[in-house]
Amino acid sequence: MVAPPEGVVGEGFFATKLNDVVGLARANSLWPLPFATSCCGIEFMATMASHYDLARFGSERVSFSPRQADMLMVMGTISKKMAPILRQVYEQMSEPRWVIAVGACASSGGVFDTYSVLQGIDKVIPVDVYVPGCPPRPEQIVDGVMQLQELVKNESVRRRSSPEYKELLASYNL
Amino acid sequence: MALETAHIQEKLSQAFGNNVLNFEMKRDIFTLEATPSTIHEVIRFLKEQEDLNFHFLTDLAGIHFPDNDETHQFAVTYQLHNWIENVRIRVKTYLPDPAEVDTITDLFLCANWMEREAWDFFGINFKGHPQLKRILNMDEMVSHPMRKEFPMEDSGRTDKDDRFFGRTPVNNG
Amino acid sequence: MMSDLLLSPEHRYAKIIEKTRNEDGSELSILNLGPTHPATHGIFQNILLMDGERILDAEPTVGYIHRAFEKIAENRPFYQINVLTDRMNYCSSPINNMAWWMTVEKLLNIEVPKRAQYLRVIVMELARITDHLICNSILGVDTGAYTGFLYVFQFREKVYEIYEEICGARLTTNMGRIGGFEREWSDEAFKKLNTFLEEFPVAWKEFENLFERNRIFIDRTVNVGPITAEKAMQYGLTGPNLRAAGIDYDVRKAAPYSSYEDFEFDVPVGKSGDTYDRFCVRNAEVWESLSIIKQVLAKLPEGPIHADVPDYYLPPKEDVYTNMESLIYHFKIVMGEVPVPVDEIYHAVEGGNGELGFYLITDGSRTPYRLKFRRPCYIYYQAYTDMIKGGMLSDAIVILSSLNVIAGELDA
Repeated sequence: MVAPPEGVVGEGFFATKLNDVVGLARANSLWPLPFATSCCGIEFMATMASHYDLARFGSERVSFSPRQADMLMVMGTISKKMAPILRQVYEQMSEPRWVIAVGACASSGGVFDTYSVLQGIDKVIPVDVYVPGCPPRPEQIVDGVMQLQELVKNESVRRRSSPEYKELLASYNL
Repeated sequence: MALETAHIQEKLSQAFGNNVLNFEMKRDIFTLEATPSTIHEVIRFLKEQEDLNFHFLTDLAGIHFPDNDETHQFAVTYQLHNWIENVRIRVKTYLPDPAEVDTITDLFLCANWMEREAWDFFGINFKGHPQLKRILNMDEMVSHPMRKEFPMEDSGRTDKDDRFFGRTPVNNG
Repeated sequence: MMSDLLLSPEHRYAKIIEKTRNEDGSELSILNLGPTHPATHGIFQNILLMDGERILDAEPTVGYIHRAFEKIAENRPFYQINVLTDRMNYCSSPINNMAWWMTVEKLLNIEVPKRAQYLRVIVMELARITDHLICNSILGVDTGAYTGFLYVFQFREKVYEIYEEICGARLTTNMGRIGGFEREWSDEAFKKLNTFLEEFPVAWKEFENLFERNRIFIDRTVNVGPITAEKAMQYGLTGPNLRAAGIDYDVRKAAPYSSYEDFEFDVPVGKSGDTYDRFCVRNAEVWESLSIIKQVLAKLPEGPIHADVPDYYLPPKEDVYTNMESLIYHFKIVMGEVPVPVDEIYHAVEGGNGELGFYLITDGSRTPYRLKFRRPCYIYYQAYTDMIKGGMLSDAIVILSSLNVIAGELDA
């Protein structure tokens, strides 16, 4: 079970920071949007299936609509032909949104250092967590999600309207 | 009666004379060469003659030979298969640059994308193809990436320091 | 460069949309299916011209994960190309691996020992089982039965555990070496294989029972996306999709490799080539594969696990540290500086979804001069447009999953 955030407990009340409560709620109900293009997508299927069961971490509902998703999981090679579409999907997601680059190809282009492959999705969208491996084992994908949960838990509710964040998006022309 | 290679050679030579040449057994596949002007008819002949009956197009590959002489810059290789006799055959044609050859989409529907792939990769123009445009690469691309002079690596990459990959100008290759 | 990259997608589609609009007046609508549609299981885009729910025309676009395999292959030594074959049809990587090694062995005239050949048959058939298992269970998901998928997917994990015992990897296995296997299989691998052979048939039988006589499943699949034998041949269909149309062409029978001629198995065929037949052919092939594995285990001879080819097969690590000759071989193989003849060969195997061929031209250097992958689904995906025309939109999804088109293989 999830431990409650730090706070003051008294009779009939519990006082804590809004940040912590929101973070807790967000971290344990991350809806993934699987953007699966190749091999890593097959490992994601294994992660979602009964053996590894990503639903244990609050990701029961795989959201195939970008508008209702919190966590974009990019799995597999993104070619230059695909890059605009990935960007469009990212743009359609509503804030707060997070991105996990699963596998070597999404993180850096992997073994495909060729003219047609985008050398890492961070060329077109900002990425929060990178999961190495070619393909990563389902345990690694689960670990990537848990790392992201830590990030989400500790994120300030005001981060998305901060000038730093706007600057980050502006650097990607978003 | 099994389909003998000698029989295939004889029939083709009778029908096409000097336009089919260089018959040889390359490992397990009988290989021959046809001139670009007759390649379409040779394949039609192989497909439609009842005793030859090569009714299945297994593969179509473009190849680039920049070191060959001017008339042999590109090759298109067709591999046909007769399932009933279980015999494969490979027909080649060599083309100059710019490469142009007749399409075989009227004989095999599956040749459509194979020819588009060869166009995309090598810039081989298949005359009479219904929709000859890029298939795997982006439409905006101008070069043909499988030609030997085209570099494999992404030119836009900045994070690779050539010194660490043994590719300094002195030590190139 | 960057501006090329970030062209708006509309720009690319504009031409297609314009074209489809010209054909008819106001009533028709245009639907963009893909490339990231969740139901297409891969990156395929089809722009559909629709009359209500009915598909009138389709314009497929592929190449969204084009990774330039053939270009990489021209720049890599032979043993490194195996890594690429993994990532083609990633649902059955061991078949691709073995096919590539067999191509190289054919080039170098290497005779592989019987034991290694038999073990190769085992992994190839295991790979075929997982391939068909994924395809059929996903077909179940698309017709509304998630249960079957979750149920049989456990057994795919069991197969992966066997792979792990053999080579250490799960999905992209990079299994085998030139001349055989990298190491003898552990006892644990055989133990897990035997457990799998006991447990899996029970589950697969249940899976079959769940679908084959299921009212909803039959309604959704019978007579959906049929293809005649002539058309199938014209479109270059191979593998289970071709056999569902009634032609019993199987590379394992037509040109046996890796000692397939030693084992008895049937080639299941369908009649109408529709989605239901494709499903049934795959189911039947899983049973044949299981039977082949059992035969192999019964006949498995003792002996070496790889051919004696020091020029191409990495020496044991302890020899590399103690023996000068082994060190030289090790260095030469790892650097890819091994001698190869000038030749031109084609080798085909029966992959998970059709005839997987390698057309290899060498010029005697460390890399292939040209390597063309005959990727079965690239060729037969052309028939998809023809199959969905006149059908309903929801049928298009079902047909796509029943064809077992793998994006990674299609786009190379």
